This record gives sequence, C-alpha cells and structure tokens, in this order.
Amino acid sequence: MKKLISSPESVVVDALRGMAAAHPELSVDLTRRIVYRAQPKEHGTVALVSGGGSGHEPLHAGFVGFGMLDAACAGAVFTSPTPDQVLAATRAVDRGAGVLHIVKNYTGDVLSFELAAELAAEARIEVRTVVVADDVAVTDSLYTAGRRGTGTTVLLERIVGAAAEQGFDLDEVHALAERIAAAGRSMGIALGGATVPAAGRPTFTLGDDEIEWGVGIHGEPGRERQPMGPAPDLAARLVQPLVGDGLGTGDAIVMLSGLGATPLIELYGMLAAITPLLEQHGVRPVRVLVGDYVTSLDMAGCLLTVLPVDAELLSYWDSPVDTPALRWGRS
Amino acid sequence: MTLTVAATNDWLRRFARSVDDNEQLLTDLDAAIGDADHGSNLRRGMLAVVEQLATEPAITIGDTLRGAGMTLISTVGGASGVLFGTLLLRMATLTGERTTATATEVIAALRDGLEGVRTRGHAELGDKTMVDVLAPTIDALDAAVTSGASLADAASTAAIAAQAARDATTALVARKGRASYLGDRSIGHVDPGAASTALLFAALAGALAEAAAVDA
Repeated sequence: MKKLISSPESVVVDALRGMAAAHPELSVDLTRRIVYRAQPKEHGTVALVSGGGSGHEPLHAGFVGFGMLDAACAGAVFTSPTPDQVLAATRAVDRGAGVLHIVKNYTGDVLSFELAAELAAEARIEVRTVVVADDVAVTDSLYTAGRRGTGTTVLLERIVGAAAEQGFDLDEVHALAERIAAAGRSMGIALGGATVPAAGRPTFTLGDDEIEWGVGIHGEPGRERQPMGPAPDLAARLVQPLVGDGLGTGDAIVMLSGLGATPLIELYGMLAAITPLLEQHGVRPVRVLVGDYVTSLDMAGCLLTVLPVDAELLSYWDSPVDTPALRWGRS
Repeated sequence: MTLTVAATNDWLRRFARSVDDNEQLLTDLDAAIGDADHGSNLRRGMLAVVEQLATEPAITIGDTLRGAGMTLISTVGGASGVLFGTLLLRMATLTGERTTATATEVIAALRDGLEGVRTRGHAELGDKTMVDVLAPTIDALDAAVTSGASLADAASTAAIAAQAARDATTALVARKGRASYLGDRSIGHVDPGAASTALLFAALAGALAEAAAVDA
C-alpha cells in the first residue's frame, strides 16, 4: 500500500483537519468528526444532516454549506457514523423547525440514523428520514438489504437543500426528498478494487481485460465480472440498466462521478459516449456534473447517476449553492 | 456456579484480546464479501471497552454490560457496533443490579440480547448474519444446562457449537448487510459477524472455565 497518509488510524481526522484549514466557512468538530456550517442557518428553517463512511469525498462534508447540508457526520473509512455522532449533529443544527436525515441505504447507516432519530425524538427534536437506494445494480428483493445509496444522494442534498433554504417546512422537505429518492437511478463500473488504509491491499484485483460491473462505493465486488471494452461499449452497459429500470424520460440532471482514481479525460470521454445513448432513450441531460463527487477511495471506474427533473426541481437545482464541492450563483 | 462481575469483566477482556489476535482474519473474511473493515472496527471498539473497564469499573453485571454496550455503539460504527452494542445492552437490562447471575439468568439475558439483535437488524435465522451463531449457540448452552452441566461446562459446549454454527454460514446466501449485494457470490465464505460472534462465546467459555478453576 502506498498512500499519502500519516497512519491508517488517523486518516479521517487528518482529512478533517485539512478541510478545516481549506474552508474557514466550515466549522469542524474533530472530536466528534462532524462538519458544520460556520454560519448556522436562520431559526425556523429545516436543517439537513447527512453522513456516512469516509472514503467517498467530497461526499458528505464537501456538501456542507448554503443551499445544501447543515452538518455531515464522518464515520471511519467505509463505516457508518455512530448514533451518538448523528444525534450530536442533529441537536446542534436544529433550528426549531426539525431536521431531515439523509441516509444512504446501507445496513450500518440505516441502523445508526434510526437509533439517533429515536434518541432525538426523546429530546423533542422532530426528525424525518429519507433513505436513498438508487443503485440499480442490486436486485432489490426481500432477500437483500435492498439497493445501495449512491449518486442520487448528491443531487438530493442539493435540491432539498435549496428548498429548505427557501423556507419549506419539514413535511414538504421530506416529501420532496422522497420524490427525488424515488426518481434517481445510478449504476457503476470498476476497473480495479479500492485499498482501505486499515486493510492495506485492494479489496479485489482484476486482470487488464476485466471489469466489475455493478459496483457500489465501498470497494466491494460488483454484480458480475465482465470483459473490458471500449468507452461506447462500457457506456451502453451503464445506460442500459438505468433505462431497463424504468428511468423517467425528458429533462434530467446527469452526474458522471469518478470513483477516485479515474482521470477527467476518461470521464469526459465516457460522458461523450453516454449522452447520445441517453438521448436515444428520450432522456435530455439539461444539467451535467462530471468529476469526483461520490468516490470509493482509490477505485478506478465511474458511477452514472440520472435524475429526471421538471422545471420546479431544476429551479431548486439552479438556485445559489455555496459548498466546498458545489458552488454557483452566489457572490 | 454463577456468572460474577469479575467473570463478566474477564469475558469482555478475553473477547477484546481475541478480536485483537484475529483482526486480520475478521478483516479478510469481510474483504471477501463485505468491505474489509470488520476486524479493525471491532478491535477499535473492544480496545475502548477494555480501557473503560480499567478506568470506570462497574459494580454490577448490568452496569458492566451496559457500559460496554454503549461504548461499542459509540466507537465501532457500522452495523456491528449497533448490533453488538444492542446485544450487551439488552443483556444488561435483564441482569440489572445483580452481582451474580445463575445459568438460567445468563441464558435468559442472552435470549433477550438475541431478540434485540434480530429486531434492530431485521435479520432472521439463515440470513448469514451473527444471528446464525447466536441462536444455535444459546440453544446449545440452554440444552447443556438443562441436562445438568455446570455453567462453565455448558459454555464450553456452547463455544464448540458456535464454531460449527460459524462454519455453517459458509453455505448460506447473505440476505442482510453488504454481503447481500453479492447474491449467490456470497456462498462459500464465512460471515464475518458470525466469526466474531463465535469469538464472543469462546471468550465466555474461557472466562467461566477460569472462574470455575479458581472456585475449585
């Protein structure tokens, strides 16, 4: 293992210290590993708390700020935050209008947020929870933990964050969040495994001619090992499962995220191959993000997320946002 | 014989040592069907428990288990912290203010702990989780005690049953947790949570055997 770290034990806190140094607009609690806005939002507005394992940067701390999250809880690498962390964040950001928990569908995350919400209710803080489960690679059935939460989380945090900023109440914010969670779809492929610092070696290894198709964001193998192919072929293998899963047509926000070790030149090349395929299926990308937004440490590969939107959702998307990883419209 | 506060402490310490010794094994099992962090996460939590046992020793079995459960919930992260924590917290509720617990009380506490894990984790027998070790092992403990074995002897019978139950998870398809995403690809691997749960019962057997030897 060769990484720019001090030690596997300190990797999360070191990164948080770096975030604090880079972003004075954030307030970082290094002990509890929670990132807040330095400037809390106004009393009477709904607050948004998310969090998850570390190793997905910029998710989630990179999306704390105006128009998105109020707090993000950082767990250990690929490990959900603890219930007391989530509770502390929830207490700190509540402005009397309640708190929305945004949870990616993983057993640990769901359990931690569930326990924290129960404890918050005892402290008379109103909490609603949206669970993002957008990864079509997982065959959802009674016999799995359900689909994983991946890229739609970013789009949801942005859109719902805008609505909260505009004064929506907790029920409205929650309903909007559920609507986005239901509409977004994601699919990922990996060209190699991820190396968890504490483990020291890649979670899986692939030959030059192999990919893992249908991977999540925790270095786990995907649904199937498949032969490598040129970009247009890989693009089809990403788009087809989304379309086959009842993806809505019309205007859409598209995010092509690198998984941590894929250069932008490849991501843009992939996007060029993906766009016409989406258009063939009646999906018009009206806003596009390309870059590292939801990563899996040093995994090579990409994650495609598509969220069909109407004019209302698009207006929230376009409204001002000011976070380390997404920023526009605000001077 | 009974379970004492000292034996409860010893149980937790032995479990911590065993998790430390087996960190790589647990992490490797997790790398095969999960996300390669079970060993390091549980080790972190149990080190914190051991430190707490040393700095804030509790007077009752209930407080000892409650302290350990809360520490696991707040330090481990992931599902395993909440689930191991829930197991100990539920056991703590039933053992309460006691400083000794009979075999029957220990079994009742473990059964309540199992119920807590099943409810919190929404897991059933056969889902390839820690429940697949907890349930048959508690049954084995119960059967041994019913047939007249001492608590210590019953615990060592149970520890052997736990190993068999752990190995039996190899054939199962994971239906909960991250391993469930693999579907049939999860067959052929031991469930990491089942493996750490087997260590928990080996530690219990070790602590009770030690206590019995001291008694004799």
